[in-house]
Amino acid sequence: MKYVNQAIPKKDWEALVTGKPVYTNDLAPEDCLIVKLLRSPHAHAWIEEIRTENALKVPGIACVLTYKDVPKKRFAIAGQTVPQLSAYDHLLLDPHLRYVGDPVAIVAGETEAAVETAMRRIKVKYRVETPVLDMHTAKDNPILVHPEEDWKVLIPLGADAKRNLCASDVEEEGDVDAVYEACLYKIDETYTTVPNQQTMMETFRTYCYMDYFGRLNVVSSTQIPFHVRRIVSDALGIPSSRVRVIKPRIGGGFGAKQTSVSEMYPAIVTWITGRPAKILFTRKECMTSGSPRHGMEIRVRAGADSEGIVRVIDVHTLSNAGAYATHSSAVVGLTGHKSIPLYRHLKAHRFSYDVVYTNTQDAGAYRGFGATQGIFAVESAIDELAAKMHMDPVCLREKNMLLEGLPPRGYDGNLSVINSCALDRCMIRAKEMIGWSEKYPRMELGNGKVRGVGVAMAMQGSSIAGVDVGGASIKLNEDGSYTLGLGCADMGTGCDTILAQIAADCLGTSVDRIVVFGVDTDISPYDSGSYASATTYATGNAVMLACEELSRNITAHGAGMLGKAPEDTAFDGEAVTDGTSRVTLEEIALHATCGVGDQLQVSRTFSSPVSPPPFMVGIAEVEVDKETGQTKVIDYAAVVDCGTPVNPNLARVQTEGGLVQGIGMALYEDVQYTDRGSIRNNSFMQYKIPSRTDLGNIHVEFESSYEPTGPFGAKSVGELVIDTPCPAIANAIYNAVGVRVRDLPITPEKIMKEIWKKDRG
Amino acid sequence: MLRIKNYVKAKSLEEAYELNQKKSARILGGMVWMKMGNRNINTAIDLSGLGLDEITETDEEIVIGCMVSLRRLEMNDSLNQMTQGAVRESLRHIVGVQFRNCATVGGSIYGRFGFSDVLTMFLSLDSYVELYHAGRIPLKEFVNRKKDRDILVNVIVKKENMCCAYESFRNSSTDFPVLAVSICLSEQGVRTAVGARPGRAVLLGDEKGLLTHYPEMTPDEKEKAAEQYGAFVRETVIFGGNMRASKEYREYLSAVLVKRALKTAGGTANGH
Amino acid sequence: MVINVILNGKKIQKDVEPDQLLLDFVRECGCCSVKRGCETANCGLCTVWMDGRPVLSCSVLAVRADGHEITTLEGLQKEAKEFGAFLSNEGGDQCGFCNPGFIMNVLAMEKELSDPTEEEIREYLSGNLCRCTGFVSQSRSIQKYLQYKKTEEGGKDA
Repeated sequence: MKYVNQAIPKKDWEALVTGKPVYTNDLAPEDCLIVKLLRSPHAHAWIEEIRTENALKVPGIACVLTYKDVPKKRFAIAGQTVPQLSAYDHLLLDPHLRYVGDPVAIVAGETEAAVETAMRRIKVKYRVETPVLDMHTAKDNPILVHPEEDWKVLIPLGADAKRNLCASDVEEEGDVDAVYEACLYKIDETYTTVPNQQTMMETFRTYCYMDYFGRLNVVSSTQIPFHVRRIVSDALGIPSSRVRVIKPRIGGGFGAKQTSVSEMYPAIVTWITGRPAKILFTRKECMTSGSPRHGMEIRVRAGADSEGIVRVIDVHTLSNAGAYATHSSAVVGLTGHKSIPLYRHLKAHRFSYDVVYTNTQDAGAYRGFGATQGIFAVESAIDELAAKMHMDPVCLREKNMLLEGLPPRGYDGNLSVINSCALDRCMIRAKEMIGWSEKYPRMELGNGKVRGVGVAMAMQGSSIAGVDVGGASIKLNEDGSYTLGLGCADMGTGCDTILAQIAADCLGTSVDRIVVFGVDTDISPYDSGSYASATTYATGNAVMLACEELSRNITAHGAGMLGKAPEDTAFDGEAVTDGTSRVTLEEIALHATCGVGDQLQVSRTFSSPVSPPPFMVGIAEVEVDKETGQTKVIDYAAVVDCGTPVNPNLARVQTEGGLVQGIGMALYEDVQYTDRGSIRNNSFMQYKIPSRTDLGNIHVEFESSYEPTGPFGAKSVGELVIDTPCPAIANAIYNAVGVRVRDLPITPEKIMKEIWKKDRG
Repeated sequence: MLRIKNYVKAKSLEEAYELNQKKSARILGGMVWMKMGNRNINTAIDLSGLGLDEITETDEEIVIGCMVSLRRLEMNDSLNQMTQGAVRESLRHIVGVQFRNCATVGGSIYGRFGFSDVLTMFLSLDSYVELYHAGRIPLKEFVNRKKDRDILVNVIVKKENMCCAYESFRNSSTDFPVLAVSICLSEQGVRTAVGARPGRAVLLGDEKGLLTHYPEMTPDEKEKAAEQYGAFVRETVIFGGNMRASKEYREYLSAVLVKRALKTAGGTANGH
Repeated sequence: MVINVILNGKKIQKDVEPDQLLLDFVRECGCCSVKRGCETANCGLCTVWMDGRPVLSCSVLAVRADGHEITTLEGLQKEAKEFGAFLSNEGGDQCGFCNPGFIMNVLAMEKELSDPTEEEIREYLSGNLCRCTGFVSQSRSIQKYLQYKKTEEGGKDA
């Protein structure tokens, strides 16, 4: 049987559904010191004096560390391949505090109660300074978030700490202003998003211990084990050979754990005290000192000619990095690179951006990684353009969408033409699923409620071209089973399973005979990690390369046992045969364990020169209460082209999960700051992610293209799926009640206020 | 975190009352609110051994022990029959079943939280609280009473024939209400409670007589009366803004919810 | 103070602090399926049964469990696996961190509601958050599981 494109359950399902102790905190030794962070109450302050002696007197306290006790060399905490785009602007502890929640001291002790008592006894004298809280006034503000002289970047991208600039650039092709002016239909609007939270159910957490070789072992809930090894070594100023990182099962990530948020604190405690130590972030810490999505303001100018051909798109993004660069300079790129190329007839396009430092929580990576915000803006603007033309927005997109074989304008994935794209088929099918032609633009229900439909397209990438590295090792075990070693991080998505499916098909064996192991940086092959929609594509290719080579080696070994030349034999997964005689895989496996020099294990890496985009179309049907503005998504049709879905069930659940996160971002998930810069939505009580009672129906289908560079034709799926709900819902609300809300989330009050405005004329 | 030095499972209300006279003592309710926030409690007093988790009834009234969970309240037939399901409607949005299995009626009423659906619901009924020391007082009085060290033992609801409806508006389905309105039309007159203003719930009557003979009105008359009464509530009640909505939106919404509640309460669906 | 609890059918006597939460108590007793996902009683990850009713163990003092029966997923392994097979057949197990609390509440719902509608199921489970699945696969698995149980029961009756 073949496994690719089969909906098999995840290999770890039984442990997960029976609640086995497989997560970081379940595995931590009982004698771990409890580590907590005293955090800054101020958005911008300097520590003038910090006294810890009373804290140290609390019984059970093992250490209290301040900026005086940590290395002084700046580093970057973003999980990125070196040379990182991210500025080196971080210290483990810094006397300069840059946001409400910036760590002031690390306290470790025997019990939580002792640590809490000690934290209250630390005396800190702050010199409070005026913060820069508004991203609009950050650039060239006399108040600098990073005035330090040792701030540095490896790849400049317009970064200038003396201007509070984290990145700034302009990319342009064609004469944007001239084309725009010549267009019959024009739109020029600005859209805003808030710094949404990933809210993975397992908060950031790590435990550390010293092993018998005097090495620091870091067990952490992370998407980036190998980057964590480097970041911890940077933070502690120790060689990375002294650090080992292990990833157990992890309770979700969605990008949050692509940043090293929690590891360095217990790491330094263990390094200094020699004792095991653990940190568990509270939900509040997760929301106030985590690594959320970037709040952005995106201005879109777009123009179309009299035929409804979109000729120009001009995107300007202002992005709030927060207090540290983290992923900011990388994230902003996707706002333009994954939105502009959706349109194929552009004569000119421009993408410009400013990413600014402010005294707020630093933003990191969240599923979609900038594409979500950019696509919200561009796909909203395109509908606004359609409205000006009195054209059906589906029709406008059908005339203009990117098609297979065409060059993607302004795309960052190093592709001259798109080799696999079923966007057109996705649109046809999504229209059918929702019943677009009957439902567009609205249906009055006669009870004060009205239903509207709205559409959006999206694309993402599949790994970062020429940067990301997937790694896989495969070895034949003596019983004829295989062990697949992985360095990417299954965070619940099921990549351990789908990579085993790929391996099983490559080796002609059953998926049960593939033992999956991951991740331990001492043992696993190097892999840049699970992010940038890379795992299925990049690591999947690495798995294929490794398995193909192992298959050849098995054939050669079996041929040797038969006394034949390898080219005269064949391996069918069960045995090597020359047509008359055969040796079974078990015989080969056992033979290879004794007195032979043939290595039946292979490790291969893969890095793609291109990043083939997956595509999708999402259509939302919303019901709006005209009297209150209350909106519910009653139906959502999504059609995805992720190439070959390696495991259709898991690809479907990825899509459903991403859509609901997108629905949360569109309608509910708000982040409000006090005027002193602290976040008011710091719990599940105040930051409302969708619950199942908020949702209507969600229908997902696949219209697969075949990506020639992907494993079995596969592309990515994980991030793409969060990109359509925001614009599709905003567009559906417009079609329902004729008002446009351009700042997320679209709350009932915002809709109502627009309706009042409209009624007043 | 919540720190408790001593825990006492009270053997009698008298013992609980005595212990509770110290400032650092606290009566434990369902704990869902108490354990959030940083708090030091010297003596935590548990009433769960006193049989106060029962709902009992006589011909005249329904007596709800302070330790009755919100879930039991939600599933109580007598209350739901009397209010045509308004009690259940007021409770079913509160987080989830497990939460409502923990949270208690006593804790919810005693806390007098601004966002409280429970308080809003009961305020619109002819209800009383029984305090260990001060005895029985009307809920509408208790709402504005200064917090003291008395113990809320029971919540009592007088049985009456009524048309009742509960309407709340939430930004998402399990969130705190942006606004909650409970209307009860009975022989005693009109009782309208408005909660989550966002301040603590307030009670209004029908001073202008806008709803006199409401159940007997024609649909058109009903609609007009509901409209007028909605405007009256909007003008009478003081609203404010918070994270969930502005003052302006709440004012507007109050009239809408009142109108809707009246439609449900006075509709033909429940036989009136 | 010393409490006596029947944890997953086993009598346990233990000395606990007055402010220890049931969540931490059961984890100390080795029931690591019970997870903490928030501090505000909103996520449902810590759901256990107290005398058969689902409660949030983050909001119950361990001392209050004195004299009561507490059930965690460790005590319902067979049932968990039975329903869990339906869940994973839909790909709905995902990261798994919310699974124990979710499954505890699904099993409680099965006892409490007979023949629930999709609407009633969603309402009963509204206090169980999940960020991976968007709930859709969970719904599918519950429907199929309840259907299976019904057929199984029917088979028994016949």
